[in-house]
Amino acid sequence: MTALSALIRRDIRIALRVGGGALIGVLFFLTVVVLMPFAVGPDLALLSRLGPAILWLGALLASLLTLDRLFMADHEDGSLDLITMSRTPLELACASKALAHWLAAGLPLIVATPVLGLLLNLDMVATGAVALTLLAGTPALTFTGMIGAALAVTLHRGGLLMAVLVLPLSIPVLIFGVAASQAVIVGPMSFGAPFSILCALSLISLVVGPFAAAASLKHGLD
Amino acid sequence: MTLIDLANPTRFLALTARVLPWLAAATAILLTIGLYQSAYAPDDYQQGATVKIMFIHVPNAWLSMFVWGVMSLASLGTLVWRHPLADVAAKAAAPIGAAFTFLALLTGSLWGRPMWGTYWEWDARLTSVLILFLMYLGLMALWRAVDDPSRAARAAAVLTLVGAINLPIIKFSVDWWNTLHQPASVMRMGGSSLDKSFLIPLLVMAIAFTLLFVTLHLAAMRNEILRRRVRSLQMMQASRVAFSSDVGASKEIGAA
Repeated sequence: MTALSALIRRDIRIALRVGGGALIGVLFFLTVVVLMPFAVGPDLALLSRLGPAILWLGALLASLLTLDRLFMADHEDGSLDLITMSRTPLELACASKALAHWLAAGLPLIVATPVLGLLLNLDMVATGAVALTLLAGTPALTFTGMIGAALAVTLHRGGLLMAVLVLPLSIPVLIFGVAASQAVIVGPMSFGAPFSILCALSLISLVVGPFAAAASLKHGLD
Repeated sequence: MTLIDLANPTRFLALTARVLPWLAAATAILLTIGLYQSAYAPDDYQQGATVKIMFIHVPNAWLSMFVWGVMSLASLGTLVWRHPLADVAAKAAAPIGAAFTFLALLTGSLWGRPMWGTYWEWDARLTSVLILFLMYLGLMALWRAVDDPSRAARAAAVLTLVGAINLPIIKFSVDWWNTLHQPASVMRMGGSSLDKSFLIPLLVMAIAFTLLFVTLHLAAMRNEILRRRVRSLQMMQASRVAFSSDVGASKEIGAA
């Protein structure tokens, strides 16, 4: 337990200090959201209609891009080999690394959401709904993206290949995240059903992600 | 005859060389019968002649999921039993599965145009099959991106097993979300809701397509084994050339 909490503390500290790049994710999120009004035009009614989708897409891309480095830095300085060889189960170590990554890179996105909601002409309720769905859904993005990060380390390939492999897995999260927030803003549908499916997706990826990442690290590292 | 007897690629090649012609003949015969029967099946009272798209569409859709299932079993073989031919099987199946999935999407969209009035609808079944297609393409990209086959094999195996979660979602999407695509009508509790005149050609076509997949898969596996042999022969030759020129150079140095 102490080993895992030490790992989480270490990862958060590395991510937040100089060279960590956790906060670059928030900056990227902000930039993507600011780009959207230029693409669709500054029509406030249209923006508030598209708002949840824009915020979700931005969060998806931001968490995908920061995930690239989840195992890569540890692999380069050799600490990943120590983690693999230690007596702590690799699955738990992977899970705590992902948790640390979510705390350092995922939570700031949710904190930034109200500000960005203001830019997109979303009212209080809508912003709250988007923030709540992001809170429930981004763990799923981190934990499925971790599989891609593990593959990227073992294959010595990152970037586009990883995005191609991971993005199809994140489509369900996007669908239900946007559906739940749209249900609050416009929809006749209830908020509960898509939101519970979103939570279920997060829980499933919480189980599947660490096992798949650990398997690909175990079989792939030499 | 167990699975482990096939671990020797030479024995596998010899066995498949004997089996393949029979499989190909059986596929051709069953496909002919199936196509004939579906061409002469009666028109539907509502859909008219377009119902015949079903005889192509449904087998393709079944196969798109079946092939991923085969690949998942092969991936287990790679990760758990380290069966030497498992990754060959997984690699050979991916393009075939992608082709079946693409045909299922294409025929479905051609059928959807007259029946639903649209080529594409973001319905749960269609979306999940599209995700399956994207994952097939991703796997093929992964196989192409990495030059070491055994390294690529283990990464692809992990990814295939993760993607297998999508299979039950595709199967039950029509029951969980009440959408445009019709719910399961052939395999369901209380017997099929299809009339016999449609069901029999459909089953014949399904068996014929499955045999077609087995034939293509075995042939693709043979090609993959031969391709790997050619590759290792080329590498041996290259190292021999490099080595002999090395020896020659050192001899010249020694003579000087």
